Parts: sequence; C-alpha cells; structure tokens
Amino acid sequence: MIQIQNLHFGYRKKKIFTGLSLKLEAGHIYGLLGKNGTGKSTLLKNMAGLLFPKEGNVSVLGFNPAKRQPAFLQDIFMVPEEFYLPDVPIEQLVKHTAPFYPKFNDDQFNRFITEFDIPRSNTLQKMSYGQKKKVLISFGLACNTSVLLMDEPTNGLDIMSKSQFRKVIAGCLDENKCIVISTHQVKDLESLIDRVTIIDEGRILFDQTVDDITRKLSFHISFDNDEIKQALFREPSLRGSAVITRNTLGDESKLDLELLYKAIVLNGNAIKSVFNA
Amino acid sequence: MQFRESQAIYLQIADYVCEKILLKEWKVEERIPSVRELAVQLEVNPNTVMRTYEFLQQQEIIHNQRGIGYFVSPTALKNAQQYRKNDFVEKDLPQVFRTMYLLGMEPDELKPRFDKFKKQHFA
Repeated sequence: MIQIQNLHFGYRKKKIFTGLSLKLEAGHIYGLLGKNGTGKSTLLKNMAGLLFPKEGNVSVLGFNPAKRQPAFLQDIFMVPEEFYLPDVPIEQLVKHTAPFYPKFNDDQFNRFITEFDIPRSNTLQKMSYGQKKKVLISFGLACNTSVLLMDEPTNGLDIMSKSQFRKVIAGCLDENKCIVISTHQVKDLESLIDRVTIIDEGRILFDQTVDDITRKLSFHISFDNDEIKQALFREPSLRGSAVITRNTLGDESKLDLELLYKAIVLNGNAIKSVFNA
Repeated sequence: MQFRESQAIYLQIADYVCEKILLKEWKVEERIPSVRELAVQLEVNPNTVMRTYEFLQQQEIIHNQRGIGYFVSPTALKNAQQYRKNDFVEKDLPQVFRTMYLLGMEPDELKPRFDKFKKQHFA
C-alpha cells in the first residue's frame, strides 16, 4: 500500500533521511516511534505529498504523492500535530471540506464527535486545542480514506478522550485501510498498534509485528541475577528488574513498548539479532 | 523465578471470553460479540481480537458460522474450564504455593476460607 525506497531527505544542511526504505500494508495500525527530531513527521509528510524526497521513491496507493493527483488526495488523510482550522462553525467546515472526499460519511462524523462529546453546533474558534483536534480526528476518520496518517494524535487529549480515541480507531480499521500513528505516548496506544516501526538516525531501526515481537521476546520482572545479567535489556524497577529476554518457554507476555523502545535505541543489535536468526 | 507480570493481550482477551462463558453471561450456542465489537469495547486492535478468536476456535470453545458470526460451542464450558485450569495450575498456583511456603501455611488452612469465599460471592 505504501512503499518507500532509498528515501533521502533534508532541510537545507540538515540531513534527515539517508536511504530510508519501508513498506506498509493495508489492514494494520503502525506505531511510528523515534526520538525528537528523527523525522517522524517529515516521513508522514513525504507520504502525504506535503514534502518531496530529494532522492529515492515514495509510492502510496500506486501514486507518487509529490504529483498530488486528485485521485490520490481523496484517498489519503493526514491529521498533523500542528494544524490550522478556520474560524467557522463545524457545519461549514464539513460543507466546504467533505466534498473533496468521496467516501465521506456524515453519519459516521456525527457518531465520532458525539463519542468525543462535541456538539455539532459549535464554532471552531471557541474550542480548545484538544477539542479542535477531536473534530479533526473525527473528520479524518469519517473521510474513510484508505490511508490515514496521524501525527501525535493523543497529544492534547484528556484521559476520557484518549479512551474514546482508542475505541474509535479500533472500530474503523479494516483490511483495506492502513493507519500510521506517530507517537511518544506509547502507553496510550500500546493495545492499539499491531506493528512497531522505529526510526533513528535517518533509517528504519526496527520494524516488526507485535505478534512476532511477543513470540520471540519475553517481557517480565526478574529476580534471578543470572537471568538479569544475560538479559537482552534490563532496567531496575521497584521490585526486581524489568527485563527483555528471548522467549524460550513459548508463553507470550505482554509487550512493554516503552521498554522495547529503550532497548532498541540503547542496545539495538542484541534485540535485532533475535529477529535476524 | 519469574513473576507473570502479564500475558500477551490476545491471551488476556481469551481469559476474558472464557470468564464470560464460565460465569454463563455468554451462553452455549449463543452469538458472542463480533471481532469489531469486542475490539471497540476493549479498546484494542481488531487483529488482536481476531487472533484470540482463532485461538479459542482451536480450543473448541467458540466456533464460526460463516457470514453470521461467532458462537459459544456446545463443549465450551468443559473446554474453557480445562484451558483455564491448566493455566492456573501451571502458572498461578506455583506463586500461591511459594507465598504459602514463605508464610508457613498448610493447605488445610485454606479449606474454611475457600468455603466462606464461595458462600460470599457465588451462593
């Protein structure tokens, strides 16, 4: 659905991507993780046709995003982290914007904003950042595009809204849809994503399905000094040490995304050797 | 010595479904929530619920009627009980035994407490 080959990109003198390749398929929710400034947003913008690669190929739904063809634009939606919404009632926003998206479904939009507790009669200017974001997320989902890109969608959402967000996303994934969520709030999305993609220093550092991760790695608390010493990654916790080891028993433990992320960034080769074997 | 911090989400959902069946909230031959409905309710990826449902089909706890949905199998009670029992005996019981050993407790002490618990919660 989305194919990126040998992507090079930079802002003036600052190089962001130096030969990044990635393939994203329909039917999944991808969690895009990486340190600040590693280019998560830049990558999403390259997919959406908002930035153009210096070198390499980006293909989304069979289109070259940079050409910004209408058939492409009506089947992709991006919820950016920073956005501008005009000072109009929600009703007008829908009236003026929805016609660009042939699969827009007004009933769905109503359902989503109701779920988020936003009255449809509201005007956008009087809303907080979080409320505006919820309108944008609801609108993006109701467009029913095949590709949905979201940059830090849970930033600015209160506790109830995060839960509503997960419900809404869980309900809209289908086998023809590809959802990419970039985030730092891993706890918000741990149960939602089924594929983890980590970028660092301009490349893809790690890209595996959650199923494969929990099949091959075990996340648990250990008190066994030998095991702690031999663990692929360890971190002291209140009781014992939180460790990542090879999963040798066959029991699958719950993925600790935060721990995995730290392990990949600090000791990536040890973790990757488990997957390359 | 390992603490079973928590199992993979798909197994946690399997426990949830088994519990519904064992408590008879979901009855034999009745339709259970669809993959999407349960994913929304539990706020998890629908692919994860799909994996749970495939797993529970292998255990003959639920079955799929093409185009209609998933149903509680006739053998569900027996199989769900067996599945949860194996899990409990292998994983939870050793923890209980370890604590009992540390505290110098014997199984006889448990019997009256267990009877009282059943009376309080399930009578």
